[in-house]
Amino acid sequence: MSDWQPSALQLERTAYRRSRARRSTAIAGISSVVLVVLVAVAVGSTPGWPRVRETFFNVHRGWEALPVVAQGLWLNVRVMLICAVLIVILGMTLAIMRTLRGPIFFPLRVFAAAYTDVFRGLPLLLVIFLLGFGVPALQLRGLPNQAVIWGGAALVLTYSSYVAEVFRAGIESVHPSQRAAARSLGLSYRQTLRFVVLPQAVRRVLPPLLNDFVSLQKDSGLIAVLGVIDAIRAAQLETAVDFNFTPYVVAGLLFVALTIPLTRLTDWVARRQGWYGGGGGVV
Amino acid sequence: MSLLSIREVRKTFGANVVLDRFSLEVEAGECVVLIGASGSGKSTLLRCVNLLETVDDGVIELDGRDITDPRIDADRVRSGIGIVFQAYNLFPHLSVLDNVTLAPIRVHGVPRDVARARGLEMLDRVGLAAKASSRPDDLSGGQQQRAAIARALVNSPKLMLLDEVTSALDPELVGEVLDLLRELKTDGMTMLLCTHEMAFAQDVADQICFLDAGRLLESGPPSQVLQNPTQPRTQEFLRRIRL
Ligand SMILES: Nc1ncnc2c1ncn2[C@@H]1O[C@H](COP(=O)(O)OP(=O)(O)O)[C@@H](O)[C@H]1O
Ligand SMILES: [Mg+2]
Repeated sequence: MSDWQPSALQLERTAYRRSRARRSTAIAGISSVVLVVLVAVAVGSTPGWPRVRETFFNVHRGWEALPVVAQGLWLNVRVMLICAVLIVILGMTLAIMRTLRGPIFFPLRVFAAAYTDVFRGLPLLLVIFLLGFGVPALQLRGLPNQAVIWGGAALVLTYSSYVAEVFRAGIESVHPSQRAAARSLGLSYRQTLRFVVLPQAVRRVLPPLLNDFVSLQKDSGLIAVLGVIDAIRAAQLETAVDFNFTPYVVAGLLFVALTIPLTRLTDWVARRQGWYGGGGGVV
Repeated sequence: MSLLSIREVRKTFGANVVLDRFSLEVEAGECVVLIGASGSGKSTLLRCVNLLETVDDGVIELDGRDITDPRIDADRVRSGIGIVFQAYNLFPHLSVLDNVTLAPIRVHGVPRDVARARGLEMLDRVGLAAKASSRPDDLSGGQQQRAAIARALVNSPKLMLLDEVTSALDPELVGEVLDLLRELKTDGMTMLLCTHEMAFAQDVADQICFLDAGRLLESGPPSQVLQNPTQPRTQEFLRRIRL
């Protein structure tokens, strides 16, 4: 055990593997630098570049616009977080409804299928208009009339239809033998779903699910059409001052900056939990 | 020269030393049977030979070539070795015949019709010709295991690795599968396998190796290791397994 010393052969192998790893890193680094330089030179040498730089990449204008755009982004973030929670709940409910077996659940299955068909097909913008302008126009008592709430509701309705399909694919990808094993232990249908099928299903669909949430984060900007001031709308108001488009670029960078940590975090959690096929050896 | 030469192999999972200075020679045409308690490292050894695990030290040579060298093409090496797992590991999305013909067509470039003919021949040999177009999930455990053996055999491997291939089978099918392995041995196939079927081991093995906590404690012909074991641990293991 502790008296083990790697043999000369093993040391040589380890050194070889390390040198291969170093070589791969070096190749990746060099090829990246070369690509970036090539692109920079190609873009920088175009005749219109000085104007484009002034209009889109004006550091001073960008810095000026940053607080306003960031404030708008804070609205996007809140809308996205609240909607994400509701979407997961609604999407999961729809997915489970669609996978229920037995004739008694027929209406639920049909409802869930129809719901997904309709809201996956309707353009999001249309749903936002319908809810944001249509419902308040009904002048029903007791219903809220802030644009942001109806905009959020439209996001939830549309996105839960996507997410429901992602969950359903995950549920159906769990091998039937898993259900059989769980039922054989005396677990009920519900318990089987809750403790055996869903945990496996959710792990599998985590990456596509994350896709939908990144997309949601960007589409949360669409509620600006209802007059809400989010990051994009704030940038638009800024550009209206002097027709310099840098605020848009600032908004874009902020959106990207939000997305990247989210992706890395999910990957990290998933890998740490061994969700991506645990204990698989070297192949 | 041995077909397979395992020398001073070490394999750890974290702090768990699973194989410790493990050495073993397997001659061409020989059948070597690994026995030992659950967790003693039998599966890990087979997985190391098939390069499904990377050893932490030591050398494994196949046909005189060091296959633990990181410079070798592991896929080439693996395609010359057949392995059959305890849990069958058939591809559930392919028919039985497609399971068998996947590697010949994709790895060895055998024309589809030739591969299918050969695959059917193999399935016939393991008594599954009638199930060629079934999905693995529709087969019994024994049938799945025989399909897995056919899948490993179709590549004409130099060496077959078999990991407790009868552990999941009902007795009637155990006999069938073991008969199949006996036939393979008669045909001159080199086999390295682990099993708890002592009668079979006695019958088919040229050499029996007793593993204990990742070490090769005792090895020799069945008459020696099974009938007159010298090590107390071997005696105890055999006594327990024969109860
Ligand atoms: N992928 C793995 N990760 C961590 N430990 C493992 C892994 N595979 C096997 N082991 C450990 O290695 C030891 C030997 O396992 P194994 O080779 O499967 O034994 P056997 O086949 O003789 O029953 C066990 O203690 C087991 O827990
Ligand atoms: Mg094992």
